[in-house]
Amino acid sequence: MQHVSPVREPLVTGGKTYHDITQDVCRQVEAKPNIRWMAALSVALFFLGIFFYSVYRTLWYGIGEWGLNKTVGWAWDITNFVWWVGIGHAGTLISAVLLLFRQKWRSSINRAAEAMTIFAVICAAMFPVLHMGRPWLAYWVFPFQNTFGSLWVNFNSPLLWDVFAISTYFSVSLVFWYIGLIPDFATIRDRAKGPIAKRAYALLSFGWKGSAKAWSRYETVSLILAGVATPLVLSVHTIVSMDFATSVVPGWHTTIFPPYFVAGAIFSGFAMVLTLMLITRVVFKLEDYITIEHIALMNKIMMITGSIVGVAYITEFFIAWYSQVEFEQYAFINRATGPYWWAYASMMTCNVITPQLVWFRRIRYSIPATFILSIIVNIGMWFERFVIIVTSLHRDYLPSSWVMFSPTWVDIGIYVGTLGLFFTLFLLFAKFFPVVNMAEVKTILKYGVDNGPTYTGHHGHGHQVTPAHQPVAPAIPASAPVNYNKHD
Amino acid sequence: MTKRFALGIFDDEDVLLHAIENIRAAGVKIHDVFSPYPVHGIDDALGIERSRLPIAAFFFGLTGLSFALWMQIYMLGFDWPMIIGGKPHIALPAFIPVSFEMTVLFCAHGMVLTFFTISKLYPRWKVPVMDVRATDDKFVMAIELKDDASELSRLTQLLRENGASEVNEKEMTQK
Repeated sequence: MQHVSPVREPLVTGGKTYHDITQDVCRQVEAKPNIRWMAALSVALFFLGIFFYSVYRTLWYGIGEWGLNKTVGWAWDITNFVWWVGIGHAGTLISAVLLLFRQKWRSSINRAAEAMTIFAVICAAMFPVLHMGRPWLAYWVFPFQNTFGSLWVNFNSPLLWDVFAISTYFSVSLVFWYIGLIPDFATIRDRAKGPIAKRAYALLSFGWKGSAKAWSRYETVSLILAGVATPLVLSVHTIVSMDFATSVVPGWHTTIFPPYFVAGAIFSGFAMVLTLMLITRVVFKLEDYITIEHIALMNKIMMITGSIVGVAYITEFFIAWYSQVEFEQYAFINRATGPYWWAYASMMTCNVITPQLVWFRRIRYSIPATFILSIIVNIGMWFERFVIIVTSLHRDYLPSSWVMFSPTWVDIGIYVGTLGLFFTLFLLFAKFFPVVNMAEVKTILKYGVDNGPTYTGHHGHGHQVTPAHQPVAPAIPASAPVNYNKHD
Repeated sequence: MTKRFALGIFDDEDVLLHAIENIRAAGVKIHDVFSPYPVHGIDDALGIERSRLPIAAFFFGLTGLSFALWMQIYMLGFDWPMIIGGKPHIALPAFIPVSFEMTVLFCAHGMVLTFFTISKLYPRWKVPVMDVRATDDKFVMAIELKDDASELSRLTQLLRENGASEVNEKEMTQK
């Protein structure tokens, strides 16, 4: 029996019970891999193969395999790094920032979005590590004492801040994600039939039993992790932007970079979340959990952050003119009208005009339109990083050094290869891990739905306890005001 | 050591919360309650004290901050001072990002490791549970049985009166 509240939309549709949630989410974990999943994994593995071959070329022959030259020393590698890190940010925004703001609709998408964060950061980390040329010496970026001369790393350098920011971000996101997974692994463990599955999920569940004390601590830990992950996610893209902003390159030396990059990161991240969720909800039949309302809400966030990014583009242009610095002005005129005008035009179209379509309710609630929009935004945000990086560098202070940049097939191979890496990891996650946080969705099942007596606190002695042999009757008719105290 | 428990199985969190209150009022000690998701208000009903994990988290964060500042000031200020970009050896504003990241790193990992330790969460091959439905859709209240023979029937009666849909007996071997 489900009574829909007159005030609030239910977050889970279809009149589900707790057991239905368990069934719906565990179904694909327990079933044999289906043909569509195998086909998708094969495609992802093919691109992963391209990744490994391109990495092999890079390591064996060196960075000369890339299209870099002495003027454009940073190009696709840093473009892809920033793009991937930015995509990751939406996961943390959903899991941490929306938790602090008590946005309960986040519950059914946070698991997959956090997984996306972790896989995106793994992909991002490939680029700076490969650009080192000798990745087996990557540990030199950490402050180890060595015997080769200058003893310590330079703590004044934003590139070093990045090392600390990205490694902290990755490890904290991983732990946050895993803490949320523990109760769900316990659910799968307690349902598992086969001896291998039972053992494997017992190991993964860390011996979770769901006792009241453990849940109380779990909630405390989640809240504090959300509290520290929120400034952390802002700091990460702030520091990424400082890689550029603290330099003296016209087009990079801008104080608006930190907020502009953070907004852009959330913008592109939500686009990627939408792309993934629209596929996941259909493939795994989760339409009652990831509802059309979720898609509309994510579209709104995409529209707001996209608008912030649009304002930042215009502000940059205005400030370049207003600064009266000739080099700064040229950098921006060159961006818009120089040889890379097509990249700039793509960026402006995809990132400034496209998200404005979301103002229309019909587009916001349309699944095909949202899917196309999310792909366009992903492309646009890639161009944004390309425009910022390459167009600022390719015509520097000395006109005799002016060049064009073009990627080699190894550049392209590593980039599409990381897409293969990302989707391989995501598909494995989607098959073997619960893609929806079952425990959390069970807490919001009754949100906007009134189907039983409401507990008003442990002093409410006036309540009559319903005996078990009587069916639990709705205490309040659906049209009457509903007590929201418990769920707010 | 083997212990015997009476397990009251509940279908609804609100019924459960009332039952906890009434059963505790009747002078029965509840061993533990297992639920598929965090039930709000259960801490008060069971008399569980507020976790002190936030305090631990604060001090872990403070440790991280102190360590980061000490590391940067010692390395660049005293051990091998270098002039970088004309800045002073100890350029505190430039040390803020790393100090912040280390604060978060220590706070998050320190708190999580503490949580795992005090809640005895670690990977193991077998996990004996009171009732497998406690991670699916049932709320399981466990009450320890002492040797009194009439105790089980008395508790069954009490649990039934308070809305338990079934009452079972379970033996658990505990270390």
